[in-house]
Amino acid sequence: MRHLLAIDELGAAGIEDVLGLTDSFVEVSERSIPKVPALRGKTVVSLFYEDSTRTRLSFETAAKRLSADTMTFSVSTSSTKKGESLRDTVETIEAMGVDAIVIRHGSAGAPWNVAQWGSSAVINAGDGWHEHPTQALLDSYTIRQRRGSIQGARIAIVGDIKHSRVARSNIAAFTLQGAEVTLVAPRTLLPPNLDGWPVKVSNELDAVLPHVDIVYLLRMQLERMTDALVPSLREYTERFGLTVRRAAALANDVLIMHPGPMNRGVEIAAEVADLPNALIIDQVRNGVAVRMAVLYLLLGAGTEWGAETSTANAREARAT
Amino acid sequence: MAERERRLTPPFGGVFVARTRVMTAEDMQRAIWRIAHEIVEHNHGLEGVVLIGLQTGGVPLARKLGDALQAIEGTEVPVGTLDVAFYRDDIGLRPVLPEAVTDIAFDLGSQVVVLVDDVLFTGRTIRAALDAITDFGRPRAVQLAVMIDRGHRELPIRPDYVGKNLPTRRDEAVDVQDDGVDLGEMVK
Repeated sequence: MRHLLAIDELGAAGIEDVLGLTDSFVEVSERSIPKVPALRGKTVVSLFYEDSTRTRLSFETAAKRLSADTMTFSVSTSSTKKGESLRDTVETIEAMGVDAIVIRHGSAGAPWNVAQWGSSAVINAGDGWHEHPTQALLDSYTIRQRRGSIQGARIAIVGDIKHSRVARSNIAAFTLQGAEVTLVAPRTLLPPNLDGWPVKVSNELDAVLPHVDIVYLLRMQLERMTDALVPSLREYTERFGLTVRRAAALANDVLIMHPGPMNRGVEIAAEVADLPNALIIDQVRNGVAVRMAVLYLLLGAGTEWGAETSTANAREARAT
Repeated sequence: MAERERRLTPPFGGVFVARTRVMTAEDMQRAIWRIAHEIVEHNHGLEGVVLIGLQTGGVPLARKLGDALQAIEGTEVPVGTLDVAFYRDDIGLRPVLPEAVTDIAFDLGSQVVVLVDDVLFTGRTIRAALDAITDFGRPRAVQLAVMIDRGHRELPIRPDYVGKNLPTRRDEAVDVQDDGVDLGEMVK
């Protein structure tokens, strides 16, 4: 595998490769000097056409902990302001000699274009409403860390499914790992066509909550809300928010997740985000280790990821 | 690098075919007892001594050595594991094994660290291990114990404790398992 673009391209075996390696990088991150020389001499550039705090910082931290050099491109201070196209920008950056491009773009599919234009490894850090694969990987790792396995877990993904790349990647990742996914949202925030999605759908959060192991809340993406899709945020909170009352009715071992940034008081009550079974901080912490694993597999493993010397084969060979 | 990982990595890859048994399980246990005594003698006791097994071949040997030291001196010696995959100069040659995680639950500062591996060959794994150790603190001394020293060093590294010196050809392979040590070839 040369790029990480979408969860279904990664497949179940690829997910196992990444999550299996992540343990090693969690250990590195816990050291007093959390840095290894694995990617010395490699350059990772982050190309962000949309705002981001945690994803960009998380990728940069991951690259730095692997001793790679990092460059950051942010649209507001770049030649994009002068009208440079994505293709010209990518070719300019490639000409400087980079090994990996981490890209976030408002248009679905942009990372595929970038992958075709150059020779660097491309990592999709979010493309439009389409995919955000590293988020799904870190969510999967966080669930496994707490529960041991995702197989058979009942997961409700609540909120703005329509505009959410996190939801699309997570539906793919969770179902590939054998979870049972229910989408909960008002009709206006569901995609117009759900044919072929391996999920159940509900419009009643209160009917779903007693039957789930994990509640995954999505951010109300106020910047993408061009139409009046919900009557008011207060009404949304009333019907679909994880309020203190709803959280109190949950069984003790139900896990609460959110990809951040949170709108406290809208999709999640301020107090609920700080409960012991809310994994929101674990998600951020694990994000660095998961992204280290992805960068290492794409840049450091030497041989092509998924080729003959993949970790799965290595394990098999050791067992004999 | 343990020989069994070398066989997974190009250009070495292939299947190990044993030709000669060079140590039995009993021979290995006797060597472990002797090395344990040598460690105690060399360090005038076990004050500050810790064992670090190199993933993956050195880990079971480090545990057995720890048991032997406990039996001899009656004190428990901390045993950790170290995966040097991220420190290698030939990075990528060896796949990282998900279960081969570094686990050093104690401080290495001012300790005497005994690195334990199964086979000493080019010395590059040990070079990587020395780099990795510095990230965990500044040991008072680092020593090296190996079950087999097969020669062909490419770096100025020598072991302090050796189970068996085994002259080999460069293209041969050594396989250290719980039940003994075999010398053989990699067959593609």
